[in-house]
Amino acid sequence: MSLWLTLAVNSIALGGLLFLLSSGFSLIFGLMRIPNLMHGSFFMLGAYLGVTLLARGVNFWVAALVSTAALALIGGLIERVLLRRLAGDPLPQVLLTLGGAFIVADLCLLLWTGDPWQPGTPEHLRGVVQVAGLYFPLFRLVIVAVGLIVAIALWLLVDWTRLGAKIRAGVDDAAIARVVGIKVSQLFTLVFALGAALAGFGGVMGAPYLSVYPGLDFEMLPLALIVVILGGTGSLLGALVGSFLIGFLYNFGQAMFPDLAYVILFLPMLVILVLRPQGLFGKVVP
Amino acid sequence: MTALEIDGLSKAFGGLRVTRNVSLAVAPGERRLIIGPNGAGKTTLFNLITGELTPDSGKIKLFGRDITAAPCRRRAHLGMARTYQIITLFPRDTIVRNIMLALLGLSPLRWNALRDLGSQHALVAEAGAVLARVGLVHIAERPLGETSYGERRRVEIAMALAQNPKLLLLDEPFAGLSVDERRDVQKLLLGISREVTVVMIEHNMDVALELADHITLLHFGEVIVEGTRAAVVADPRTREVYLGV
Amino acid sequence: MSHRNAQYAARALAIAVLVSLPVWIGNSYYINIASQILIWAVLALALNLLVGYAGLTSLGHASLFGIGGYAAAMMLAAGHGHALAVPVALIVTLLASAVFAVLALRATGIGFLMITLAIGQILWGIAYRWASLTNGDNGISVSSRPAPFGLSLAAAPAFYYATLLVFLLAVASMAVFVRSPFGASLVGTRDQARRMTALGYNVWLIRFLTILFSGFWSGVAGLLFIYYNQFISPQVVALTTSAEALLMVISGGSGTLLGPIVGAAIVVVMKNVVSAYIERWNLVLGVIFILIISFMPEGLVPGSVRLWRAGWQALRGKNVATARAAGAPEASR
Repeated sequence: MSLWLTLAVNSIALGGLLFLLSSGFSLIFGLMRIPNLMHGSFFMLGAYLGVTLLARGVNFWVAALVSTAALALIGGLIERVLLRRLAGDPLPQVLLTLGGAFIVADLCLLLWTGDPWQPGTPEHLRGVVQVAGLYFPLFRLVIVAVGLIVAIALWLLVDWTRLGAKIRAGVDDAAIARVVGIKVSQLFTLVFALGAALAGFGGVMGAPYLSVYPGLDFEMLPLALIVVILGGTGSLLGALVGSFLIGFLYNFGQAMFPDLAYVILFLPMLVILVLRPQGLFGKVVP
Repeated sequence: MTALEIDGLSKAFGGLRVTRNVSLAVAPGERRLIIGPNGAGKTTLFNLITGELTPDSGKIKLFGRDITAAPCRRRAHLGMARTYQIITLFPRDTIVRNIMLALLGLSPLRWNALRDLGSQHALVAEAGAVLARVGLVHIAERPLGETSYGERRRVEIAMALAQNPKLLLLDEPFAGLSVDERRDVQKLLLGISREVTVVMIEHNMDVALELADHITLLHFGEVIVEGTRAAVVADPRTREVYLGV
Repeated sequence: MSHRNAQYAARALAIAVLVSLPVWIGNSYYINIASQILIWAVLALALNLLVGYAGLTSLGHASLFGIGGYAAAMMLAAGHGHALAVPVALIVTLLASAVFAVLALRATGIGFLMITLAIGQILWGIAYRWASLTNGDNGISVSSRPAPFGLSLAAAPAFYYATLLVFLLAVASMAVFVRSPFGASLVGTRDQARRMTALGYNVWLIRFLTILFSGFWSGVAGLLFIYYNQFISPQVVALTTSAEALLMVISGGSGTLLGPIVGAAIVVVMKNVVSAYIERWNLVLGVIFILIISFMPEGLVPGSVRLWRAGWQALRGKNVATARAAGAPEASR
């Protein structure tokens, strides 16, 4: 019983992290029509930056904020300087992000070496919480809470602000959005930066839980891909539902069928891509 | 037996009904002109006829045979050919190569992965013959990228003629042509034998009318007026559709 | 006609050079590099059938590269001989290619890319995690190379000649393929899939058969690879392998048969040279990717030809632009 409970808690914690990771991926895919193959790299880079700051005694939330800002800057620069040159043709852009992923992977290896790094859970977030007679690790619940707060914030942004309206217009039809006067190119830069920032933030949040190590990028990228394909491209609700679905599938799958852990994850994605390409809630068909 | 028979054809995209219960019948050898203001659903109708779009309801019969469920490629084999409003040629090939591709589509040779296409002299000769019909054989070896728009329009038509169709669907064959070019294309079309049934969408009334036996006027996806050329031209509803008066 | 003769002469020369290679490169290290180039060239050529000729970019070709290799390695480890392992591996590859094709052809463009990526990751996941089947990260050793007609391939020059033979067969079969009516129809589906359907072609079937052909040669390359290394590990079916193969195609140029061969040579040489000085091959790989896609998207071979011609014409003082301007205005697209 306690094993299943632990798995369940881990699943929703992972779900929260996956949402931070995949919400940005979903926005980028929805608006720019490219699966950003650097997304796992952004997650890992954010984690490395955060962990470096934590090691210098910086407060956890400050470290998270700084890393997030750094990733926003990096993401914005990449879009503006590299991706925009290839605007109009998604395939070269995807390949460019692939190249970027390889660069980041080796840069991180160079800067931080091959040893995994697991920062301790921040002081004020340690310990357990008792709910209804059961004990839950506080930090995992914090991850979920943060994930939900971000989800609400994103929902408010996309559904209630002018910027959000522009994003939704761009997702529906970028060409017409341009005609109507929306500066779609700027929007692309903004959304790419936002996506990178969200991924980076997820990386820092997840560092005490998942640790950070070489290869984290290419482990997280497929998860973002699966969540967004399953939940539906361009849909934040889909990213939310998909994240928790995959969180559960991953943890329970690993526990019950360790040999087929990867297959269990990718098979649903493949099935959806083949049968219902727009996913459960999606608006954009890849 | 009719050449083309459409019965209650309808198609909607989400909430937008692009084709509404369209029915028409074209006799073998007939020249049918389909007109209507922009957005009337003319090209959509063509796409439904060729099978590039699937209708929501209705039937399509080609020379008495129900082809509603037949895939697009099958209809080509049954004698249907079309041209496109926006020129849809193979840009990296020569003109003669374009025609050869059109000829191959109906030939079992297209599955051959062993022979050299360039040395299929019979095919090359046949392509040349098609190009002669449209007056382009003198530039057969020219890459498509180095041709004029008027020449490309004629290649479009040649592609369809290459298929030796029994039903020829022409989507705005005069679009974007100069006066001289239009006359050339008109002569070309007038020269097509009556063994071929021709259905044409066109805006250019001065050249199109001469080619038409019957006219179907579409508006908002519906058939508004249909009849002989003289009848439709004189019909007050035609003026209403085009001028709103 | 002299252009034709020049082409024949160039090809004859190239073959002569390749055949005589072990004679004037005595060092088995470099002969092995040559073998590696040929092996990867076969994979790059196979991938280019899809990328360049079919217009379908695959990021999962490592799966077709490695699945045959794994099948062979497992059969050999179970005690069977090469005479059985190789045909079985090729049949497994063909079956895998068929499944690959049916799944991936549900989409084109980015969708195709993502499905192939997913398939590649699934196979990698199986190779990596299902240790009882594939020995996981430890890989499977292949104790010996085949000895066709009793000739040992253990030495570098002998293996090189076997690889060269396979390479020449691959190139020849692909040359015939792309010049055939079927090859022309394939390129047609790349340029105007919709029109092809209206012309009577079965676009899906054309693509399906091409993926089988491409998969077959990818599998052959994979077999050569495991016999070369006498070892197979999940790395063979990893995303980086698919990416490297794609880089070879893109860097060399996807429009021709020569491009992927050049690309393979460049990537293999770079990898071996770079690794002597820098450990971080992936960094260099990524930078090259970005540079080529940004500045020479048509690849090094066509790009260099373009630059050469432009430079030559600039020297002669001709204006390239005016020649092309003879074409009339185009209609709205």
